[in-house]
Amino acid sequence: MATVTEASRAVQPPPGDTHKRKANVLSDGQGKLAAFLISPTMIVLVAIVGIPILLSIREAFFRENEGIDPNTGLLQGGEEFVGLRNFTDIFAGTNNVTSTWGTLDRFINAFINTSLFTLVCVLIETVLGVAMALIMSKAFRGRGIVRAGILVPWAIPTIVSALMWKLIFDEAGIMNRILGAQVLWLADNFSSFWAVVIMDVWKTAPFIGLLVLAGLQTIPAEVYEAAKVDGASVWQQFVRITLPMVKPTLVVAVLFRTLDTLRIFDAPYAMIGPAKYSVETLSMFAYEEANATRYGPAAAYSIVLFLYIVLVAFIFVKLLGADVVGDEESKALREQRRRKKAEGKLAGSRTGKQRTSITSGGMP
Amino acid sequence: MSTTAARTSLDEIAVQHHTTAEEIAQLNKPKRSARSTVGKIASYVGMALIVIYCILPFYWMVVSALRTPDEGRSTELLPSPVSFENFVGVFAGNNNFMVSLGNSLIVSSVTTLLTLLFGIIAAYALARLRFRFKGIILAIIIATSMFPGITLIIPLLKMFTGTYEWFPVNWMNTYQALVLPSLSFAMPLCVWNLTAFFRQLPVELEQAAMVDGCTPGQAFRKVILPLAAPGVFTTAIITFIAVWNEFIIALTFGRDQDMQTATVSISKFTGQYGYDTPYGTIMAAGVVVTVPLLIAVLIFQRRIVAGLTAGGVK
Repeated sequence: MATVTEASRAVQPPPGDTHKRKANVLSDGQGKLAAFLISPTMIVLVAIVGIPILLSIREAFFRENEGIDPNTGLLQGGEEFVGLRNFTDIFAGTNNVTSTWGTLDRFINAFINTSLFTLVCVLIETVLGVAMALIMSKAFRGRGIVRAGILVPWAIPTIVSALMWKLIFDEAGIMNRILGAQVLWLADNFSSFWAVVIMDVWKTAPFIGLLVLAGLQTIPAEVYEAAKVDGASVWQQFVRITLPMVKPTLVVAVLFRTLDTLRIFDAPYAMIGPAKYSVETLSMFAYEEANATRYGPAAAYSIVLFLYIVLVAFIFVKLLGADVVGDEESKALREQRRRKKAEGKLAGSRTGKQRTSITSGGMP
Repeated sequence: MSTTAARTSLDEIAVQHHTTAEEIAQLNKPKRSARSTVGKIASYVGMALIVIYCILPFYWMVVSALRTPDEGRSTELLPSPVSFENFVGVFAGNNNFMVSLGNSLIVSSVTTLLTLLFGIIAAYALARLRFRFKGIILAIIIATSMFPGITLIIPLLKMFTGTYEWFPVNWMNTYQALVLPSLSFAMPLCVWNLTAFFRQLPVELEQAAMVDGCTPGQAFRKVILPLAAPGVFTTAIITFIAVWNEFIIALTFGRDQDMQTATVSISKFTGQYGYDTPYGTIMAAGVVVTVPLLIAVLIFQRRIVAGLTAGGVK
């Protein structure tokens, strides 16, 4: 917007002209209108997301008094400021649990579970999803049926699919019958971890497939024809054309799935149950603590999860170049600013070697 | 010698006899190599595998729901005898399932309506108007949808139980306690999807309307909104499904049996048949909750896929 309104404002009325500058309906006053249109949404978001986050940060530094008052002999009420104790207690080793990963602090155990769920699920989902998209893009007929089928796992509520898979993974269930084995999938052990992974993959791999398929369909057929003429093998075409061209879509899809899996709650909660340490995630642990009115530690854990998610998102955007926002205009503006900055630098070091750059446009 | 002569004469006869148009058509047909046939079969097999992969667990849920209640864990591939007793059991008095369905319907509809009301105008501004900080606002909206729900729920739980002095009302087990937190994920989803839809409509439409004397507001109301109706509808379905399927907020704030949503209710089913997990009833309830969504999704699948891929969220 900056460019347009500033440019139109820059057109000063000629001196002596008493007429007001004619308003341009196509660009003037859009800032005000936009503020008017967007502010309701932003106010709601500030109220239901911004304020709770601030409160959460505040809670993380307080703790409910649980002890008994030495003077009165009554239960202490209220809360006290404990600084970073809610965070540092993670490493105090006072809340150890035993799970698949050995005896660890309950928080660290949940942290490992969350990370491993995310890593394993997203990896399998991406591979399966890309495979599905490739199959669908090659389809001649029946794409509608496949699309309908793919929407089934997406539309079933997570909680229902979790219970559905709970029945499948039952000790006497169909999975054990097919495998011909007696695996105790739901008994809070290493198999439970895989049971949750399988359920999550079933539910979301088709969705990644759907997103990637949309990316695949934007690749023009001519590119493949040219590659074929040049004698590229199928594998070469996949690695050199398909993957690079579908990368923007894929990176965004994987980013969303990663952030979604980092806060996983429903699936392990409904399939294996609360306080089952082999599948307990950060969201579940924080939920349990909040339910026990230990808001301080609960908030501290949720803040760690929050920062973890921010870090992962940052890595995706910076290192893999995930273009999450995808707005052409703001991209162009950013590019313009960057170029201006580069020009400024160039002007600063006129005698530098960069002078040869064509884009500098600076005359000696 | 004689044989070759005979063959040439035969060939000549063949050439004379065959109509050329037919022959040209024959030649024009792409040669079906064995490889492409194999590829075609492989693609059909692949598609069949995808469909089976997606449908099979759902099939198991339906089959298990159709057994008799005491056969909940049976591994027979078909129910024998087919029984609807589980479905009757779902709506039996002690489950209160009808009330839960009603709660889900109320919470999902109200949340969807609110998000559309706010979201449509915000999305239009984001897609069309030029203003400062647009990139930042888009980033904020997308970032809110990535927040872990639990970070919001902890202070809200403390707040709604009336623990804070500045918020002295108890909002537990009320509709507002279910709807307001749901906006936190429904709103970004809705705005994001709608922005993508509005961007797809050609700008020239409004420009033409404004040249003809409409204000931007009129151009939006009279030109864009009617054209964007399918997009708005799709967004409404996607948002509705997202809220309908929500679990952790409903689990936290709707604890009374009268205020449980369908997803929470299912997770707490104890059934009428004692301590054993009543799988039959749970599966039947799952079918009841899922089938209306599936029907809607299958009817509008083309639009929904377009919406999901344009929004790219969730």
